[in-house]
Amino acid sequence: MKRIIELNVNGVVHEVVVEPQRTLLEVLRETLGYTGTKKACDSGDCGACTVIIDGRAVLSCLTLAVEAQGKNIETIEGMATGDRLHPIQQAFLDKGAIQCGYCTPGLVLSAKALLDENPKPSREEVKKAIGGNLCRCTGYVKILDAIEAAGEQAN
Amino acid sequence: MPQYSVLGQRLPRVDGPVKATGKANYADDLVLPGMLYAKLKRSPHAHAKILSIDTSEAERLPGVRGIVVGADFGKFRYGLRPDTRDEYPMALDKARFVGEEVAAVAAIDEDIAQEAVELIKVEYEVLPAVTDPEAALREGAPQIHADKPGNISIHMHTEFGDVDAAFKDADYVREDRFYSQSVLHGFMEPNSLVASWEPPNRITVWASKQSPYFLYRNLANCFDVPLSNVRVVQPYIGGGYGGKNGSYALDFAAVMLSKKTGRPVKLTLTQEEVLTAQRRRHPMIVWLKTGVKKDGTLLACECRIIADGGAGTAIGPTTIANAFYFMNLPYVVPNVRFDGKRVYTNRPVSVAQRGNGIQQIRYAADVQIDMIAEDLGIDPVEIRRRNSAYTGYTTPNGMKVTSCGLQESIDEALKAVDWEKEFRSWPEKAEEPTGRIAKGVGIACNSFCSGVRLRGHNCCSAVIKVHEDGTVSLMTGSTDSGQGSETVLAMIVAEVLGTRIEDVVVPQTDSTVTPVDPGSFGSRVSSTAGNAVRIAAEDARRQLVAVAAELLEAKPEDIELRDRKVFVKGAPDKSMRFRDLARLTVAHGAGTTVIGSGSWGQEIDPVDFEKGIGNLAGSYTFGTQAAWVEVDTETGKVNVTRMVVAHDCGFALNPLAVEGQHEGSIGGGVGHTIYEHCVEDDGQTLSSNFTSYAMPTVGDMPEMISYSIETLDPVGAFGAKESGEGTQVSTIPAIVNAIHNAIGVWMTDLPITPEKVLKALDEQKAKDRVLSEVR
Ligand code: FES
Ligand code: FES
Repeated sequence: MKRIIELNVNGVVHEVVVEPQRTLLEVLRETLGYTGTKKACDSGDCGACTVIIDGRAVLSCLTLAVEAQGKNIETIEGMATGDRLHPIQQAFLDKGAIQCGYCTPGLVLSAKALLDENPKPSREEVKKAIGGNLCRCTGYVKILDAIEAAGEQAN
Repeated sequence: MPQYSVLGQRLPRVDGPVKATGKANYADDLVLPGMLYAKLKRSPHAHAKILSIDTSEAERLPGVRGIVVGADFGKFRYGLRPDTRDEYPMALDKARFVGEEVAAVAAIDEDIAQEAVELIKVEYEVLPAVTDPEAALREGAPQIHADKPGNISIHMHTEFGDVDAAFKDADYVREDRFYSQSVLHGFMEPNSLVASWEPPNRITVWASKQSPYFLYRNLANCFDVPLSNVRVVQPYIGGGYGGKNGSYALDFAAVMLSKKTGRPVKLTLTQEEVLTAQRRRHPMIVWLKTGVKKDGTLLACECRIIADGGAGTAIGPTTIANAFYFMNLPYVVPNVRFDGKRVYTNRPVSVAQRGNGIQQIRYAADVQIDMIAEDLGIDPVEIRRRNSAYTGYTTPNGMKVTSCGLQESIDEALKAVDWEKEFRSWPEKAEEPTGRIAKGVGIACNSFCSGVRLRGHNCCSAVIKVHEDGTVSLMTGSTDSGQGSETVLAMIVAEVLGTRIEDVVVPQTDSTVTPVDPGSFGSRVSSTAGNAVRIAAEDARRQLVAVAAELLEAKPEDIELRDRKVFVKGAPDKSMRFRDLARLTVAHGAGTTVIGSGSWGQEIDPVDFEKGIGNLAGSYTFGTQAAWVEVDTETGKVNVTRMVVAHDCGFALNPLAVEGQHEGSIGGGVGHTIYEHCVEDDGQTLSSNFTSYAMPTVGDMPEMISYSIETLDPVGAFGAKESGEGTQVSTIPAIVNAIHNAIGVWMTDLPITPEKVLKALDEQKAKDRVLSEVR
């Protein structure tokens, strides 16, 4: 049975008609057009679909859209302010942490959830926070550097 | 080193902001009005005759708009060469691997398409299958292609020098067998495209392709439309590493479905489909026999390989040829003999993956050189130095080394790791207790082709358009699947025209507009497309300078373009803004729109698939890697803790991008060496997700440092050579040699799982026991 629900994405409330089995990932990408959230495995194994819900990094492919009702959903589209990149995005750019970019939105959001909570994480803490995000292009070194740099900058 | 204002700088990538903000559109992000969604029906059998396909029930499902099967494509077959065209767009008479595409459905949504796929009834006659390449070569093995007897897809046999005499002269000969397993490209973005057929005969596809012009040609041939009517548009590509070069069933199916339904069709694979049925690297068995003098000087190598090609040939001839060519570098081997067979099996098709054929052979060779060094009591560094290729060297088969920084790369790597202090050979430390965690360090060297010379279309081309406000468009058919070539090519334009990188736009490849390009493989883009872009930019520059000379009343040779300004040498009072010059070129006199163009290809022999004679590439890179490992002797787990790369890339056009290439290569190499393996059972791939197909996560990766050796190659653009693949080649032997240094066993069977390590340690203990009893 289809239902009308309200989803608060990056501070904008959207009314959407969804079937109860639809994942948040599907609804974000296909119904609302937030295609910055990437679908890579659709089974919880790669982190490409990571969004932030009420401050926590969550895999949107494992979350039902109906479960996200009434919560604050942050996606990659909400991070920059106008043309100004969020410091984490800027650090990813400056440090060379982006190659094909398919993992980037998920990693940036995993990093944001971490740094919002713990602005000066150790390298080990960063590794733990992005342990579920796969990246085939970069070997992760520059991603770690970027997240550390963004953390330092915030301080 | 030459002084540049843009090149050589650590500039962030030009597509970084769109990628960081989620605005970069990949194929699956695209939506067209009226678009349908397609799904594929796949064979559950490794080898089966298709007796009938009944689509009637699927057709009746509400929401289904079209269904295609192999017969819709007639007898069209495709492949790299006329004699290797062994793939149908979709299975026709029989299915040759589990997961081969048998039918496709387009429907108003994905769920309906999937439901319809399940309603298609295919009647099969199951045939005996063969999934092991050695078994496939035996008498009486099931025949996979009727016109390819003995399941031979490719056979290359060649010899240079007098190998037998050299083995007789050798003081020491060693022979070993190595195995490199089945691994996947592992791109995060599943293959995807949107296809639109516009009657009467126009095709537009937005497809995730690192080499869109393969598809452009194949679609023109398959659908019998002129090339000018095939528009392949390149969205952003979520990684390729060789796995998005070719044309696949999904591409043909989506176009045919669009043709049948009159609607645009999107077909995106699930990651499970990619992991179980798409292309993968060639598994390879390598027998390597090497003869040396007492001092370690290489005299002869004889190599036999059996490559598991899966059910089709695809780019397989290049894999086998590469394996032979790279018996000859990075070391001087005066006598070589090679026998390479690429064998059909009932498995998904093997193709190029970062290092294509070179990795498998160099893994064997660079581990074996360590074995020989240890057997003869020679230092592993010494043996490599003694045999190193050098600038000006021509291999016995005719590969010309135009620049070689191998010795310098060894120096640099050793310095970085403090080798003298850190390294003691295994025999020196064998008697010492290791403790639970055994530590080791190892090195390996590599060589790689920088810009392979293809048969058929080889050159890269570029067109540069200068807009009247001084901004510039660069049209190129070379795609950026993440490696950063768009940025590097834009930097070349900015350098030559004296503008800034932010003034240069590189629109998406679009085959009706951008010049034809062979594709992004064989580490071609920076060196080959780079030269084409340089020539095109110089052409544009000449036109701009002619106008500037007139306007500033100076000689053209005195005009300088720098940092968005135009200067006259020796006349500091005369100058103008670049944007004013750009405007005046259209407005001055009769006016001219500045369009620069250029083509460049390696002027060498095309690759010789039969005998391997001649120069494979414009130039060659060289590098050295050192790896540290820790081996847990109780669990068998290997941890790579640190990796140093020193790589002769000729000239680092953008050091930030170069480092990224090394780090990504190490990631792929660590996965290949220790973690990754397609687990299969009778042709069925069981490792169907990223948990069971375990690519390295951040916790599995070593800390890495990379150094560029700059030898300013005379062939590559601005002296540059590849940096995208060579490092993945030596990652494997560096780790294997380090493991030997830690625990004294040679791991010749990849991947190096904990079970294999424990077994090797047990065998070593048993051997030691026997030896001590004998003593
Ligand atoms: S797409 Fe959700 S974890 Fe991979
Ligand atoms: S940048 Fe390509 S997967 Fe991470």
